[in-house]
Amino acid sequence: MSTTLGLYNYWIVIFLMMVGLYIVIAHPNLIKKIVGLNIFQTSVFILYISMGKVKGGAAPILDDAVTVYSNPLPHVLILTAIVVGVSTTALALALIVRINEAYGSVEEDEIHDQDAPL
Amino acid sequence: MIAANLPALQVVIPLLAAPLALMLRRGSLSHLLALLVSVVSLLISYSLLQAVLTSGPISYAMGGWEPPWGIEYRVDAINAFVLLIVSVIGTVVMLAARTSVAAEIQEKKQSLFYTAYLLCLAGLLGITTTGDAFNVFVFLEISSLSTYILVSLGRDRRALTAAFQYLIMGTIGATFILIGVGLLYMTTGTLNMLDMAARLAPLTDSRTVQAAFAFLAVGTSLKLALFPLHLWLPNAYTYAPSMASAFLAATSTKVAVYVMLRFFFTIFGVEFSFDVMPLGIIFMALALLAIFAGSLVAIFQDNVKRLLAYSSIAQVGYMMLGVSFATQTGLVAAILHLFNHAMMKGGLFLALAAVCYSTGGTSIANFRGLGKTMPWTMMAIVLGGLSLIGVPLTVGFVSKWYLVLAALEQGYWPVAVLVLLGSLLAVIYIWKLVEAAYFQAPDEGAVVVKEAPLSLLLPTWILIGASIYFGIDTNLTVSAAESAAAALLGTGVQP
Repeated sequence: MSTTLGLYNYWIVIFLMMVGLYIVIAHPNLIKKIVGLNIFQTSVFILYISMGKVKGGAAPILDDAVTVYSNPLPHVLILTAIVVGVSTTALALALIVRINEAYGSVEEDEIHDQDAPL
Repeated sequence: MIAANLPALQVVIPLLAAPLALMLRRGSLSHLLALLVSVVSLLISYSLLQAVLTSGPISYAMGGWEPPWGIEYRVDAINAFVLLIVSVIGTVVMLAARTSVAAEIQEKKQSLFYTAYLLCLAGLLGITTTGDAFNVFVFLEISSLSTYILVSLGRDRRALTAAFQYLIMGTIGATFILIGVGLLYMTTGTLNMLDMAARLAPLTDSRTVQAAFAFLAVGTSLKLALFPLHLWLPNAYTYAPSMASAFLAATSTKVAVYVMLRFFFTIFGVEFSFDVMPLGIIFMALALLAIFAGSLVAIFQDNVKRLLAYSSIAQVGYMMLGVSFATQTGLVAAILHLFNHAMMKGGLFLALAAVCYSTGGTSIANFRGLGKTMPWTMMAIVLGGLSLIGVPLTVGFVSKWYLVLAALEQGYWPVAVLVLLGSLLAVIYIWKLVEAAYFQAPDEGAVVVKEAPLSLLLPTWILIGASIYFGIDTNLTVSAAESAAAALLGTGVQP
């Protein structure tokens, strides 16, 4: 029981990951796909942030009164991944704007229908 | 001073040149810069390969922070070889780029093309040089994001949807790799690849390590377009500008194969990957499916770029088949095919760029009568096609020879037979091109087609020439592949 509840942040990670992937796969709307992709990436951010946490650990600022520190490295790593996520989203949105200009739609099936006779 | 910093300069120069290319704004100036940078990175990778072959692996501490704390750039026999492949292809493609890009991309977007190309080059070189697992992810995303831009610059509006589809699948793949690296960090507490390999050795029973392995297997398979995770590839290669197709087809999947080899052989070690986890049988089944599905679908394509894209999926299958044996000969075959396929596919896509330049399209209909009107381009396509089939005296034969040897060594003779049957399918789709070009007259009233300019023919023939030369004189490639395979199969940690 304690492992199940004690690891609740990992359950959240798995839940968000599955929700995100499902939206990416199931939704024909391109914007919603990107939202799904973002949720999927966010789950990984939480995974990294969770792993840096040390029980009772303080923020990693040198101080004589503190003996246990949380691990800052995963947090630094995930900052990089967040930047990557933001730029991926920006690029995807830019592509969607161009797709909307070219097809007049952001629904995958309508776009597909327009290209089929070509 | 400069010699000691070569591993870093290899990545930093194209990375810094990219914003410069954007600021130059003029397509021709950006092209000159991109060509110059490609040549410089070719010189660097050549001297790195020489240094590695004479005096062993080079370790470079980024920013002076000693590994395993800092980011280490580590060049050994295998990634020096991959660096050379990427920079050779980059240089040759840039030689051809001016003519083709000027014809296919609007003037104001040309400098964007070269900027994205330089970023992609920096990313691919970075993935290859780095010895840090998280750094792999960062460079992977640099190269992927710039690849999406390159694809979206195509003329057809379907380039946009192709780029979007690639973005979705590429991001999922990269995020899977990120999860895998995270789980590995969780168990080992290090990101340095060699350090990680040493600490993983006693942890083969850990469920976390096995989950990391699975995530990395799926993530890298998505990136290298292993069947059935190849769905992004055909559209991306078909609708991208010709030069982007040539560069990506010859480099990006190769670098992804390298990442996979690095993770499964250097970090996890061959015992864990193939004995504890059932990677061998899974890869063998998927590789054989890739060879047949890719080749069969290629036969029915009307657009030649799409035909070659499906053929790429089959060729990735041959590489992964070599990997799945996990033996010295199998790895030699895979690494040889890495190089050989880069040469022939690069050459073929450059030849297609010439066809597109002269006829305005790349469907089979465009090929009618090209045997007479564009003899040099068509000859290059035929030679490249023979190499794809694996006819003796071409590079395709050399890698298939080693692949069949590796299969027979293990007693898998049905696999060897299937490899040969797969080659027969390649005969069919190459024959379609030959038939249209040499035995059909062009449509009545069609515009008279002229041979492509020398600026496109010369780079094409450099790669096609290389794919014939290295098919006859195999000393250099085979010895490089052998030392790379030995390094991968060694204890994982090299002295």
